[in-house]
Amino acid sequence: MMNDAFDLRLAESHIEVHKFRTGAIAAATLLALLLQAFVPVYFQKFAVLDLPLLVTIYFGLSRRNPSTGLLLGMVIGILQDSLSGPTVPLGLYGIAKTIVGYLASSIGARLDTEHPAARFALTIFFFVVHQGAITLTRRLLLAEPEAWFTMHLVVAAGVNAVVAVFLFTLLDRLRRT
Amino acid sequence: MAGIPSRHKSVVLLAGVIVLQVVLLAVQIKRDSQGRLLRVWTVGAVSPFERAGARGIGNIRGTWSHYFALQNTSRENEELKRENDALKLRVNQLQSKAAESDRLAALLNFRQSQRDVPMLAARVIGTSADTASQTIYLDRGERDGIRHNMGVITPDGVVGKVIESYRDTAQVLLLTDKDSGVGAMLSDSRIQSPVGGTGEPLLSMKYIPTDDKVNVGEQVVTSGMDRIFPRDLPVGTVAEIKTGRPFQQVRVRPAANLARLEEVIVLLTTRPLDIKKEPVAKAAETADKRVSAPATAAEKP
Repeated sequence: MMNDAFDLRLAESHIEVHKFRTGAIAAATLLALLLQAFVPVYFQKFAVLDLPLLVTIYFGLSRRNPSTGLLLGMVIGILQDSLSGPTVPLGLYGIAKTIVGYLASSIGARLDTEHPAARFALTIFFFVVHQGAITLTRRLLLAEPEAWFTMHLVVAAGVNAVVAVFLFTLLDRLRRT
Repeated sequence: MAGIPSRHKSVVLLAGVIVLQVVLLAVQIKRDSQGRLLRVWTVGAVSPFERAGARGIGNIRGTWSHYFALQNTSRENEELKRENDALKLRVNQLQSKAAESDRLAALLNFRQSQRDVPMLAARVIGTSADTASQTIYLDRGERDGIRHNMGVITPDGVVGKVIESYRDTAQVLLLTDKDSGVGAMLSDSRIQSPVGGTGEPLLSMKYIPTDDKVNVGEQVVTSGMDRIFPRDLPVGTVAEIKTGRPFQQVRVRPAANLARLEEVIVLLTTRPLDIKKEPVAKAAETADKRVSAPATAAEKP
C-alpha cells in the first residue's frame, strides 16, 4: 500500500502542470459561451456542441488542480445556466460542470492527457458524466422525466469528442512556454 | 479548512460547491417566475457581443448580396419577399375567417382592432445556451416598448411569447419549449384545445376528446383564449393523430419555421385583443367587399 502511494506520487511528479497566458482562461471561457449562444441562430446543428463543457474539460485536464478545476466548472456552468431558458434553473449546468471540472483536473493529475486518442476518449467519458449529472438533477430535484439515453446523445458525444481533439490542440497554443 | 488533510480539501470544496448549487436550485424552484439579477447581468454582458455579431453578419451578407450578387435583383427580391410575407399573413387571416358569417363578423372586428395593435419588427440575435430549453433573444427590449407576456409572431404563424424583457434585449420562449403553450383551435371544426411544446419539433394538442373527428393536414389557429394572441393566427398543421382515452394525441407541425428564425414581429400590447361583436349580416356584407378587393387586403401591416 505504501509502495502504491509512493509510485502514484512518483508518477504524478512526471506530469507537467500547464500555465496559461494572462486572461487566456477567461477569454476562452467567454468566447465559448458567446459562440454557444450566438452561432446556433445561423447554424442550428452547431447546438449539438457543448463548447463550455469542452473548455471546462480542457482547462481541468491542463491545470490539474481539483480545486481550481471545480471552481472554473462551477463558474462556466452557472454562466451557461444564466444564458439558458426558464426551463434551466441556475445551478443545473453549474453542478454538472463542477463535477466535470473536478474529475478532469483529478484525472489530469494522474494521466498523460496530451495524446489525441486519450483526449477523444476522455471527452466522451466526461460528456457522459455531464449528461448523467444533468439527468439526475432534473429527475431528483426538478421532478422532470428526462431520458437517460437517446441516440441524439450518442451522436452528440461523438461529435463533441472529435471537435475536442482539434479544439484542445488550438487551446494548447494559449499555454505559457 | 484547518484540520482537513490537504488531499481531502478539494473533495470538501467539491461537496460544498455542489450543496450550494443545490440550495440555489431549491430556492429557484420556489420562486421560479421571478427574474434573476444574475440572468440580467449575464444577458446584459453578452447581448452587446451578440448584437455586434448579428450586425456584422448582417453587413457581410448585405454587402455580398447587394454588391456582388445581382445588386438590384437581390434588393427587389427582398422587398417582394417582405411584401409576400405581409400578404400571406393577411390571406391566412381572410381564408380562416371566410367560412361562416359569425367568423366573418369576428374577422372584420379583428381587422379593425388589429390596426390599433402596434407591432415591432425585431432581429433574432441569440439563442438558448443549452439544448434543453427553446428560447431566443431579440435585439429589442424595454426601451422599444417590449414587455413580459407580449406575443411574438412571423408572417407564417405564432412563434412564442416574451418571458423576460431587458433594457435592449428580450428573451422569447418558443412554442416548442416544454413550458410553452397557446390557446388554439382546429380551423374547420373550431374545437378548442391548448397547444403546447414538447421540447421536440412537433407540438402537442392535448385535450381533443376521442369522439371528435380530426384530420391530418387540418389547420390549427389561435383561439384568443390565452389573452395574448388574437384569434385566427396560424399555429400549425395537424401532423399525427393517435387514439387515446379520454383524449386523442394530436401532434401539430408549427406554421412558423422555428428552427430558422432571423426576424420576428412583436405584438406590442399586453392588453387582451378582444373581438367586438357585430351584427352578422352587416359583417358578412362588409367581408364580401373586402374579399372581392384584394388590393385592400394587401396593404402593409
